[in-house]
Amino acid sequence: MELKELITQKLKDNFSKINFTFTEYRNELTISFNKENVVEVCKFLNDDEDLQFKLCEDVTAIDWARKNNRFTVVYHIFSLKNNFRLSLKADVDVSDCAIDTVSSIWKTANWEEREVYDMYGISFNNHPDLRRMYMPEEFEYHPLRKDFPLMGIPGSLPLPKK
Amino acid sequence: MQKLTKDEVHPKIIEALLGADTDITIEDALENEMILNMGPQHPATHGVLRLLLRLDGETVMACVPELGYLHRGYEKMAENMSYYEFVPHTDRLDYLAPMANNVAYTLAVEKLAGIEAPPRAQYIRMMVAELARIASHLVAMGALAMDVGALTVFLWTLREREKILDIWDILCGARFTNSYTRIGGVANDAQPEALAKVKWFIDQFDENLDECERLLNTNRIFIERLDGIGVVTAEDAISLGLTGPSLRGSGVEFDLRRATPYLFYNEMDFKVITYKEGDSLARYFVRVDEARESAKIVRQILDKMPQGETMANQPKRVLPKKAEIYSRMEELIHDFMIVNFGMNPPVGEIYSAVENPKGELGFYLISDGKGHPWKCKIRSPSFVNLQAIPHLVKGHMISDVVAIVGSIDPVMGEADK
Repeated sequence: MELKELITQKLKDNFSKINFTFTEYRNELTISFNKENVVEVCKFLNDDEDLQFKLCEDVTAIDWARKNNRFTVVYHIFSLKNNFRLSLKADVDVSDCAIDTVSSIWKTANWEEREVYDMYGISFNNHPDLRRMYMPEEFEYHPLRKDFPLMGIPGSLPLPKK
Repeated sequence: MQKLTKDEVHPKIIEALLGADTDITIEDALENEMILNMGPQHPATHGVLRLLLRLDGETVMACVPELGYLHRGYEKMAENMSYYEFVPHTDRLDYLAPMANNVAYTLAVEKLAGIEAPPRAQYIRMMVAELARIASHLVAMGALAMDVGALTVFLWTLREREKILDIWDILCGARFTNSYTRIGGVANDAQPEALAKVKWFIDQFDENLDECERLLNTNRIFIERLDGIGVVTAEDAISLGLTGPSLRGSGVEFDLRRATPYLFYNEMDFKVITYKEGDSLARYFVRVDEARESAKIVRQILDKMPQGETMANQPKRVLPKKAEIYSRMEELIHDFMIVNFGMNPPVGEIYSAVENPKGELGFYLISDGKGHPWKCKIRSPSFVNLQAIPHLVKGHMISDVVAIVGSIDPVMGEADK
């Protein structure tokens, strides 16, 4: 069986209650699902003998600048066994701007999620160390949100004391 | 390095530094525990990396890296400029291998827009990416040696790197920030002089690298300062997301040139270097051996490089030649449209990753059909590799921190984006 079919089949068999959406673009498989299920799905993909998505390459978010489900959190994971890359997606609404952390599964996700928190203001439940990654702790905005102006907000960054 | 008091450290950083397993604070600390600030202006942190160390005597108990001193917001800027305009900015990511970043970015855009560069352009890209790898590894090797006290090697490896910069000079007119690749090809064809210089460089490189290596491998102080320092097991390395030489130093045979071949790497004969030990010395050995393998690849590229065009012929997406813009109406219109409104890739999103000298450099691009990307996420290897530092330095002496940071070889331009 081809690997893409295998992944699809395995996910459908093991999580009959979750509503998956599978899309393919330029030969890349993307799987979308509800944000409540992110930890169990990731854990399954990491632990499964045949799949072994052990390497979490990237965690990021997209700001779609729309009313419902404004953000999408995207995970790119890689299987060293099969040399295969998979993207996972979960929508996050601005009213409940949080998603569970996957840093217990992949340690990489720790900093990646901190970066998402810093840049988009999405917080990660149960994250061990949720601080800003790049911006100073006192900074109030989230720069990669689409409503943050490109030139920045004057006066928003405190200057160091002389 | 300076000793810090409580007022000078942000409470959240203190919290992270102390961790859950300990209940000491700075004020009623044991007499010999202290918080030490290393960086951001410290010559051994390879840029503006700040490390906060909790020390018991000379032993590092905990470490919290602080990033963001070089944060320029490239991802935000990318959203506000066309795909072409972002190429020069990729030079400033990993500034020790700008060519490799150019190649990575253009490959990502081409995947998004469905363009394929002509074979000659792809061979040239492969050549410059491998030369950039050699240059980057030479700096890493020299800087690591310098960090642990062997100063001479740095001068020797930089002498070799200088020759590569001279090649860039002939090839694209810039020595450092090259911006050589274009979407759909490369800026100009590789001239015979440039290729002759590459051949000359490769022919004398192995001998000179041996010379540098002999200086280090017989140096007992150098070996003992790295041997068994900062050990990371294969399992931990994967979980921490290490890629590149840092991962292969732990015995994991993962190289994107092999795992997901791009350009013409599947036609090249090269070994993926791995060492089992997982310590700083192993990471150093991986880099040196990889530089040799890269030289081998460049030699094959010079033999196999075909003649032909260096820009794809897709007028609506790829910039036409200058001479044609001045002489033909159609080309002038396309040039005007691409420069002013962008090249408008179809709606979609892709993740494209290549093996950079430091590890996996990925670009996650989303197009909404307009001239600017909706999102451009840079997955930089240095950022992820730095995350391993607290794990690596724990329990080591303070002088080992310098060796470990050097063996990870971070570039802050890339880590801070």
